[in-house]
Amino acid sequence: MQLAEVIGTVVATRKVASLNGTKFLVIQPITPGGAKAGPPLVAVDTVGAGYKELVFYVRGKEAGMAVSPEIPPVDASITGIIDSFRHCYTVAVNPETPDEARGAGHDPRTGGR
Amino acid sequence: MILGRVVGNVVATQKNPDFNGKKLLLVMPVDPEGEAAGSIQLAVDAVGAGEGDLVIVIAEGGSARQVLGVQNPLAPIDNVIAGIVDEVESEAGTLRLYP
Repeated sequence: MQLAEVIGTVVATRKVASLNGTKFLVIQPITPGGAKAGPPLVAVDTVGAGYKELVFYVRGKEAGMAVSPEIPPVDASITGIIDSFRHCYTVAVNPETPDEARGAGHDPRTGGR
Repeated sequence: MILGRVVGNVVATQKNPDFNGKKLLLVMPVDPEGEAAGSIQLAVDAVGAGEGDLVIVIAEGGSARQVLGVQNPLAPIDNVIAGIVDEVESEAGTLRLYP
C-alpha cells in the first residue's frame, strides 16, 4: 500500500463491460512529506474518496480484490481515506477530516505524539 | 521480503473492511547500512512493531494474508510486517535495532 492524493476524476463511457459501475480517480502517489513519488495513475475508488483527499491504495492483483467479489481487471485501487498520519516527528492531518475522526494523540493541536 | 524502518503510522476511518482492527504503519525500505532504499510503503503490523523499529516486511499479498490470518481470501492487503529485526550483519558492518 502507498500514500497518494486524489488529483482528479475520470469519466469513460465506452469501456470494457467488466469495468461498468466502477469509479475512476486520478491519484498522485506522494511521500509523507507531500512530494510527488512517481507519475500520477488512474485507480478505482472503493471507499468513496474525493478530490484533494489523502488516500492509500494497492497495486497489482490486490487492486482487483478490493472490488470483490467481482474482481474486475484493474491494477490500482484506493482502499482507504487517511484521517491523519505521523511521519517521524512531523504530523499531517487531512483538512477534510472532522475532529472526532482524527486519531487520538495524532493532532498537532493537542500536543500529543 | 525486505528490510525496513518504521517511520510513522496512519489513521484511517473510512477504509476497506478487511483493514478493520489492523495497525497501519509507514515503513521506509532500507539497505543493510540502514540507508533509505525505495519509497515509503504502508504495511499492516503483525508483530507489535513501533516507530523506529527495524523490521522485515513481506511484500506479497498471498503471504501477507496468511501471516495476518485474515478470513477473506480476497483481502486487498499487500504488505505486512512479519518480524522485528535485532541485528543485520553484512559487508557494510552490523546494523542493529537500536544503534
